[in-house]
This record gives sequence, structure tokens and C-alpha cells, in this order.
Amino acid sequence: MTTTPLAARPGRAWWRVPPRHVPVLATAALLLVMYSIGVSQYRAFSNIQVVFNVFIDNGFLLVVAVGMTFVILTGGIDLSVGSVVAMTAMVSASLLGNGLHPAVVLVIALLIGPVLGFAMGCVIHFFDIQPFIVTLAGMFFARGVCTWISTTSIPITDGFWTSTAQHRIHLGENFVSVGALIAVAVVAVAAAVLAYTRLGRNVYAIGGNQQSALLMGLPVGRTKIAVYTISGLCSAIGGILLSFYTLSGAPLIAVGMELDVIAAVVIGGTLLTGGSGYIFGTLLGVLVLSIIQTLITFDGTLNSWWTKIVIGGLLFVFILLQRLVGIRTK
Amino acid sequence: MSERHPVLTMTAISKIFPGVRALDGVDLRLFPGEVHALMGENGAGKSTLIKVLTGVYGTDSGTITLDGAEVSFSGPMQATAAGVSTVYQEVNLLPNLSVAENIYIGREPRRLGAVNWREMRRRAKDLLARIDLHIDVTELLGNYSLAVQQMVAIARAVDIRARVLILDEPTSSLDADEVAQLMRIMRQLRDDGIAIIFVTHFLDQVYAIADRITVLRNGRLVGEYLTSELPQIALVEKMIGKELDALERLDEATSGEDRAALESGTPLVAADGLGKSGSVAPFSLTIHQGEVVGLAGLLGSGRTEVARLFFGADRADTGRLAVDGTPVTIRNPVAAIDRDIAFCSENRRTEGLVGELSVRENIILAMQAARGWLRPLPRRRQDELVRHWITALSIRPADPEMPVRNLSGGNQQKVLLARWLITEPRLLILDEPTRGIDIGAKTEIQRLVAQLSDGGMAVLFISAELEEVLRLSHKVAVMRDRQLVTELTNDDTLDAARVMQVIASGSSQEGSVPA
Amino acid sequence: MSTVRARAAGVTGHRLFWPLVVLVLLLMANAIYRPSFLSVELKNGHLYGSLIDIVRLSAPLILVALGMSLVIATGGIDLSVGAVAAVAGAVACLYISEQPDQNSLGVVLTAVALGFGVALLLGAWNGILVAGIGIQPIIATLILMVAGRGLAQLIAEGQIITINSGPYKVIGVGHLLTLPFAIVIALAVTVLVAVLTRRTALGMIIESVGGNAEASRLAGIRSRRITFLVYVVSAACAAIAGFMMTANVSSADGNAVGLWVELDAILAVVIGGTALAGGRFYLGGTVVGALLIQTLTTSVYAMNIDPQTSLLFKAVVVIVVCLIQAPAFRARFRRRRSVPVTPVEPVGTEKEQVPA
Ligand SMILES: Nc1ncnc2c1ncn2[C@@H]1O[C@H](COP(=O)(O)OP(=O)(O)OP(=O)(O)O)[C@@H](O)[C@H]1O
Ligand SMILES: [Mg+2]
Repeated sequence: MTTTPLAARPGRAWWRVPPRHVPVLATAALLLVMYSIGVSQYRAFSNIQVVFNVFIDNGFLLVVAVGMTFVILTGGIDLSVGSVVAMTAMVSASLLGNGLHPAVVLVIALLIGPVLGFAMGCVIHFFDIQPFIVTLAGMFFARGVCTWISTTSIPITDGFWTSTAQHRIHLGENFVSVGALIAVAVVAVAAAVLAYTRLGRNVYAIGGNQQSALLMGLPVGRTKIAVYTISGLCSAIGGILLSFYTLSGAPLIAVGMELDVIAAVVIGGTLLTGGSGYIFGTLLGVLVLSIIQTLITFDGTLNSWWTKIVIGGLLFVFILLQRLVGIRTK
Repeated sequence: MSERHPVLTMTAISKIFPGVRALDGVDLRLFPGEVHALMGENGAGKSTLIKVLTGVYGTDSGTITLDGAEVSFSGPMQATAAGVSTVYQEVNLLPNLSVAENIYIGREPRRLGAVNWREMRRRAKDLLARIDLHIDVTELLGNYSLAVQQMVAIARAVDIRARVLILDEPTSSLDADEVAQLMRIMRQLRDDGIAIIFVTHFLDQVYAIADRITVLRNGRLVGEYLTSELPQIALVEKMIGKELDALERLDEATSGEDRAALESGTPLVAADGLGKSGSVAPFSLTIHQGEVVGLAGLLGSGRTEVARLFFGADRADTGRLAVDGTPVTIRNPVAAIDRDIAFCSENRRTEGLVGELSVRENIILAMQAARGWLRPLPRRRQDELVRHWITALSIRPADPEMPVRNLSGGNQQKVLLARWLITEPRLLILDEPTRGIDIGAKTEIQRLVAQLSDGGMAVLFISAELEEVLRLSHKVAVMRDRQLVTELTNDDTLDAARVMQVIASGSSQEGSVPA
Repeated sequence: MSTVRARAAGVTGHRLFWPLVVLVLLLMANAIYRPSFLSVELKNGHLYGSLIDIVRLSAPLILVALGMSLVIATGGIDLSVGAVAAVAGAVACLYISEQPDQNSLGVVLTAVALGFGVALLLGAWNGILVAGIGIQPIIATLILMVAGRGLAQLIAEGQIITINSGPYKVIGVGHLLTLPFAIVIALAVTVLVAVLTRRTALGMIIESVGGNAEASRLAGIRSRRITFLVYVVSAACAAIAGFMMTANVSSADGNAVGLWVELDAILAVVIGGTALAGGRFYLGGTVVGALLIQTLTTSVYAMNIDPQTSLLFKAVVVIVVCLIQAPAFRARFRRRRSVPVTPVEPVGTEKEQVPA
């Protein structure tokens, strides 16, 4: 009897990219194209500081998007992130205003997010309620806390905060802020966690098929609670970065930010249904959004409504191309 | 011998789902170093018993002891930790992860706390090589056929090295070769003192490996027997609860007569050089009215792909298809259905049923789709049709409004079959229609196929079981390495050995049997 | 006795039981706070009263949520409804504002037709992105959510268009057969959608696509066409809502019309029992969900809960409704009840066992 190998697959040339990497690579390629268009249009764009500024200006977005990636990879969603960012900034500003020691403030601010995330994760897991709803309630709650603390913006004058915010780390002729470095560090840690820890693998497993993951004996509940806690932590870090960046806490800051964050994650090639995507993709997604923004500010002639239309249009073109590249290589 | 203690006992287990008493006071004993077959018809409660054991479901009453100590697992995680490793019915793995990860997730080899990918791949490769599966372990699992996935699931469960190994219908999508591999592994584990629960609807396999048999019927325990003391006929009677007569009648079903009459006239469907690159090489095949054409071949030989091309589920990139002698292009399933072609997918969970919808809705779905949404099938007519097929195929529980996801595996298969039968197609493509179906219902389905073809329906019949193909088909097309290698007329001289030989050698000429 | 309990279990177990209970509780709280709350009076052949107001104000949300139900049933989501409502309202108002006779019925009908047409185009755009190109719904509709707002402002050139049109105003605050016209429209659309989905096979087909798209395709359903259709329907519903919102205030503000209505609509759909993953949808539940949310919003204003804590209040109510609805939550607070069980045929008494 012959031993035809069971379902041998047609051989693949060594240079062929595995299909699952195509979306991310396509995104990276398109990002480069977009950047070169920027360079060809505006001379100042070629200054490397533009790239650094993207990280400086959008560090908090990046950090929050990293947390969101964990959640979306499990097939969930976290709508509370924008409010939690605002709440963290508000709490920090108000506590600092009350004269608390910055270290204590930092600890408290870093705790609120994860605690709320943990609570939401527990409700989602134990009572089997859709994440969309639970985190929407979380969003209302955190925003409510913001307005409850103060209806107006609270400036931060604390020495530690202001000096950290203004500190420039020079790299050659250019510089980055502390916030940008923190953001990059968070990205690196998150990528390592996803790729090299059991938690990371379980996150993908749950997104692939929660029922199967359960039957395979994986800790589904623990992992689900963990991702919402992680997202809460990232939002808290994001909130602190934002408070560095704006040196204030405002009750209505970061409204609608959750959508930007989700958009960044999805543009980065992560499937909203879960189970597939990379942190690197999310980084690219954030870069895409920021470069669109930068292009628009460089142009400077657009009024507010044309800005929205152009953002929508660029987003569309980008996603369309991404999709076409994906189909072509399949 | 008498001093042996069971490693696992389940006593007076009851489990009630809304409206269904799935288990009613069932006992089970499992001894170390034995293979224990759990038998029963579709919906008898086998899978439920297993899920109660591993904590997927809570019990309503009853106790479970493992090594003499009472246990109550809160879920598969605990069960696995306590040494109970399970392959559930329907492959339950993660299509979005690589093969290697699917085997090792939850117990990844680590170095310095980090997952050691290289080690994991190496181990996965070795493990699979031991069951003669040579595949790229870095490839996503979802890209492989159901059979490969099943083998991977088995490999995972076996590698856990538990004290109790549970296999719920592991062989339903495997070929003879893989079954033999599995049997070999099971014997080896048994000799190592591991206790194995084995669920299957293949009696041969039970008699080949099981030491002891527990039979369930309608959620109740019928009894526990030693295989050596229970003749096959008696086992079947215990499962179905009545005298066995229906099963005998089948052998006459094959109507080898009158091939000439069948093949006169234009074929109903004729494929000429139909093919799709990367999927199946161009092939030609004709199917006449009233003819049953069997597709034989190993797993992954391209059987399903052929079926999908006929149905337009995949788009052919070469060749032509003619229906009633007129060339047609079938780009999508809608076009195929318009020409009265129906296709029962082998993959009932992902390509067949809509789990959330009721049995009734699933059954009328194709018919309704063909009518268009503006012309709903009147409710009375729906109920009539559905009731008829629930009885005809003995779908249980006979509740048309039950969500189909709550049905047992075999009963889901019957629902899928009913969906296409009510559309009264002219060509019915059945891809593994009897997978996971108990022998009573299987005979029923085989008889149905014979009956339908007598009534003029053409059938393309795909099955991993050669005997079944031979019993039903007028003509057998043999697939090998994604090519249709030959067609064999099913006359008196054709037998399984001959077909196996063709499958193995790839040609019909070399055989020692005269053509 | 047992049948009474069984019936009680049937009622409390109903999908809409708890949302309705919360709705009633909210209404009662209002009534206690302000006894006149429950009174409904007939003035000049028109019904007036707080209850009627709540239903009238819910009308746009009900409409948007109905469309959203269908989209969600296919496993999608439509974030662009607010923007579509703003565009439709802006188009209609712009047309009216440019006509010499704003009170002519013909002008208003043309304006509405124009707005509706534009909305259908926007819906078709969403449909093509999702069904045709295969972009994930949340991101496909996010494009229009962002760009649509810009479009609405562009139409009005950044201004707020104010109009003075009697017939148009009727859409928002007029009356028909004693009822506010908005309620009549919402009712009519609800009935229309219900008939369209439940009297034909469309509803089942949508649920089938949402439940398992590939299986549906292999059963001969043109899944893409259905997906396309629901986005168009959703945009159509949003457009009508947009007319109501602009008619209410006789002006169109591209930035404010329908702001965050998508979240409320999704919330309404989910409170009504439809799962975001797609599959079964419940129009009745959606309507109750929308009423509940609007009542909540109105109560917050009526009871003078200060706006700073109103969001906290909303969060609490939402989570409470969802918690008591969740089977997993209720299971923890309920003793095991006897369940009606289909009798099994008795199995022979033989229970054999063989020695170990
Ligand atoms: N989650 C569920 N909800 C409701 N009923 C269920 C559920 N799971 C199983 N059942 C019912 O319990 C009974 C036993 O099902 P089970 O899956 O155990 O059968 P089985 O013996 O494994 O059959 P098969 O050979 O077809 O796999 C069936 O009547 C089935 O419909
Ligand atoms: Mg089973």
C-alpha cells in the first residue's frame, strides 16, 4: 500500500510570504508609499523629526491601541478607553492640584484603569454579557467620573509633571519626549507578551474559537479578564502620557478616541472577529492615522469639514489598496 | 483480575437540557489498561456523558470518582490537569493557529519563561511523524483538511499522557490508513496502562479494539458487556432496542442491472476537462439520470474538490460543464441550484448548518433560498415537510423548533440531508453523508440513496468507506493525488481490494484482476 | 399550582420581561417625582403629555435602531447612521431654504425625496464596501461616519441652515389622527420593517447569513446581496430619523444632528436581545430598548439630575438591565427549577454488568 502523505500541500516557493503576514506587509508598504508622497509634496516632510513627532504627538494613542489589540484579538472590544484616558488625566490633575506627592498620584492613576478593566472583564466573563455593552457602560461611567470631578479643565503645575513633559531626549539633531519612549517601550513589551508568553497564545486561541479554547483546557475566563485589565492599564498609561502632553486634565478630552483606536488596530490588519493580528500591525495603523493627520496639518488650507472628508477619503483609499494587495497575493 | 479497581466511575449521572432529558441515571466504569467502547444511537447521550465527565456541563445528579476520590470538574482545564484528556466530537481546535501551537498550546515548551518556538516545532514534527503525518507544522491548522485536523487533535490528546483518554468519534473522518494508525496508538497506550473511552459508530472498530462496551439508549444505560461475550448482532439490538431486520435488506440495494439502459441518452451532467489549479487537475466525468457515481480515494485526494466544482462552490478555471447536453457555466451555488444540483457538504458545522436557527429553518433554507425571499414557503407547508423528514430520517429530538446546534452530531447530519432532499434535486452530491451516523440511520440513508436513484435521481456519492461506495454505486471514479485516475464499472468483479489497488497504484491496468 | 409557576416562569423568562420592568420602574420614578407625569390629555384633538413626549422623542432612535437591528443581524455594524441622518437632514433643509415658498408641500416632498435619495446612495456605498469589497463593517462605516459629518457641514458650508417651513416642521412636531406625526412615522416604519422581514422569508435569510455566511452561500442564498441590502435599509431609516431631528428644531446643524445616535441605537438593539455577533434579531425588543434609552435620557432632564452625574446614572441603568437579562447572572440567584421534560420511551429493565 502506498503511503500518500495525508493531504500533502502543493510545495511553496521559499520567497512566498505566508498569507497571514500579507495584511501587515501590505500596510507597511502602503505606509511607505504615503510617506514618500508626503515627502514629494512638502519638503519639510523629509525631516526625520516629523517621524519623531508622530510618536511624540500620538504616543498616548499608540499605547491605548496596544491595549485594544489584546482585547480585539480575543474577539472582544473595549469602548471605555477614551473615557478612561480622560479619567486618568482628570484624577491625576485633581490629585496633583490637591498637593499629593507625584509618586503617589502616579500609582493611583495607574491603578484606576486596570481596576475598572478588571471589573469589566469579570462582568463580561462571569455573567456572559456582550463586551460592547459592558465597556459602553464603562465608558459612560468613566466619563461621568470626569465631569463629577470637575466640569472644567484642571491645569497641572506640579514640578515633576512639567519637567517630565518638557524633557527632551536628544538623538542626534532630533529629539523625542519621555512619553514617546514610554510608548515605544509599551509596544515592545506587548509584542513580546503576545509572541512569547502563554497568556499571549491564549489570547489568540480565544479569538480563534472560544468554545474550542475552553474544550482544549485553556484558561478562558482568566485570559478574558486579563485582556480587559491590560487594556485598562494601557488606557491609564495613555492617560498619563496625555496629561504630560497637555499638562492638564479636561473632562471632555479624548471623546470618541475609542473609534480612532479601533480604526488603528483594524487598519493594522487585526480582525475584529479576533484571533488574527499583530502588535506591529497596530503600530502601523497608528502611524497611518498620524500621517494622515500630519499631511493635513502640513497642507494647512483645509477647513474643518474638508478635513473630515479628506480623512475619510484617505482612510478609504488606504483600506481599499490594502484590500486589493491582499487579494492579489492570495 | 477481580481485584482491579476502576480508575474512573460515574454513578447515576443525570443531565437535563431544557426540554430534553439527555442522561438519566447512567453508570460507567473504566478500568486502567482497557479500551472501553461507549455505544448508542445518535442522540443517545454519549457526547453528553463525556462532557459531563470533563466538566463542560454540570450534572443534575450523580457522582464521579477518579481513583476512588470523588471529583467534580469545573471545566476541561481542571479535567486535563487531573489526567483526563479528551478529543471531543467535531474537531475542536483553533484554525487560526499553527499545527504546532494547536498541539502544544497550554503546555508550550518554555525557556526562561518564554515560549520556545523552535523546540515546539521540533516536538510537533516528531510527534506527528510517529503517526505518519508529514505536514508543515508551521502552517495554519485551518488550511488542512478535516482529517488532518482530526489527527492533530488526537496527537494533542495522546501527547498529554493522561491516565484517562477519551476519544469521541475520532474515526468518523478518517480513512482506513489513519484508522489503523490510531488503533496502533490506542493499543500502545492501553498496554501502558492508560484507560481509554472510545466512541464510534463503526462496529468493526469496536470489535477490533474494545475490551468492554457500555451501551446507552435514549439517555439511559442499557448495560455493560465484555466485547468477547457480546455478538455483533446482539450489540446492535441493544443499541436500537429492537430486533434487527432492516439492516439485512440492504445488500440487494445495489442495482447493478441495466447499465446500458442507464447510460443511454445524454448524460444529466457532463464535466469535460473541468479543473481548478491548486485544487484539482482537469477531469472528465459524466453522470446519468438515475445513476449513482461513487468517488473513491484517500483523504485529500481531491474528492471534495470535485464535488465543489460541480456545485459552483469553487469556480473552475478550466474546462466545461454541460447539463442535459447544453453547456452551462456554474459560477456559484445559486446557478447550480437553478439547474437542480444539490450539495451536502462534509463539513456540516462550518459549511452546512446555521447553528442558531431551528431544525425547521435549517431544513427549508435551501428551498426558501431558491424561491426567493419574496415568496415565503407557507408555514403549514413547512411544518408538513419538516415533520415528514423528521420522521423519515428519525431526527431526534423530533422538535422542529429546537436550535440545530443543540442536536447531537449525527442528528445534525440528518438535518443537513433533509435540507437538500426536500428540494428534490436531479443531481444530489453527497460528501460523506453517513459520517457520524449510527448504523440504523446509516442503513436508512443508504436505502434512501438507492431508492432515489431508482426514482431517477442522479447521485454523486463520496465516502471514505469503500464498502459503502461499492454497495451503492453503479460506477466508481477513483481519485488520487488530486487527479481522477480512472473510472470503474461496478459489476460483480469489482471489490474493495481491487479499488484499493487502483488507489494505491494509480492505474487500473496493472491490477492482477482481469478487467 | 405548578402550571401557575410554569406560566410565571414563562413570563419572567421572556426576553422583554426585564427591559420592560426597568422601563416601568423608570416611568414610576418619574411619576413619583412629578405626579402629572402620567397624565395624558386631549387638546384640540391632539394628545399631549409627558408619556407621549417620550414616545415622540424616541421616534428617531427607534428608526435608526430598526435599521441597525438588521445590520447587526447579519453580523455587521453601522457606525455611519448619525452622519447619514445629518447629511439627509442637511440636504432637505438646504433645498427648502433655497426655495421662495418654503411652505409649499411640493417643495418639502422634493426636499425629502432628495435627502432620502442621497441617504440611499450613502447606504449603497457602505453596502459596496462591506459586501462588495469585503472591508470589515466597523471600519467601512467608520469612513462614512467621519467623512459624512464633513459632508453634512460642506452642504451647509459650515453654517447652521435654518428654515421656516410649516409642512417640514410637521414631520417633527405635527399631529396626525391625534398622535404626533413622528410617532405615526415610527410606527409605520416599524410595521413596514416587521412585515418585510417576518411576513416574507427575508428575516430568516438575514438571520441565516448572520449565523453562518458560508453555509448560507452553499444553501443558495445570495449572502452579499442581503448584506448590501441591510446597509441601504439602515441608511434609509437613518435618513427619516434625520428629517425628524432637523424638523424638530427647524434647522440643520451638520455637527450636532444625530451625534452619538449610533451608540444609543446599538445599545437599544442589544438591550432588545439581539446579539452583536449576528443571527437572531428581535424588532420588538429593539423598540423597547429604544424607548428605555429615551426614557432614561428624558428622566435625567426631567428629574433635574445634574448633568455631571447623568452619565453615571445611565451607566448604572444599562448595566443593571443587561445583568438581570443575562442568563448567567440570573442562574446565580435562582434555585433550580423543575424543567418540563419530554418523556423518554422506557428502556428494558435489563441493566447488565460484567465483572471487572
Ligand atoms: N446544549 C444542548 N442543549 C440542549 N440539548 C442538547 C444539548 N446538547 C445535547 N443535547 C441533546 O441531548 C441528547 C444527547 O446528545 P449527545 O450529543 O450526547 O448524543 P450522542 O450520543 O453523542 O449522539 P451522536 O452519535 O449523534 O453524536 C440529544 O437529544 C441532544 O439533542
Ligand atoms: Mg456525539
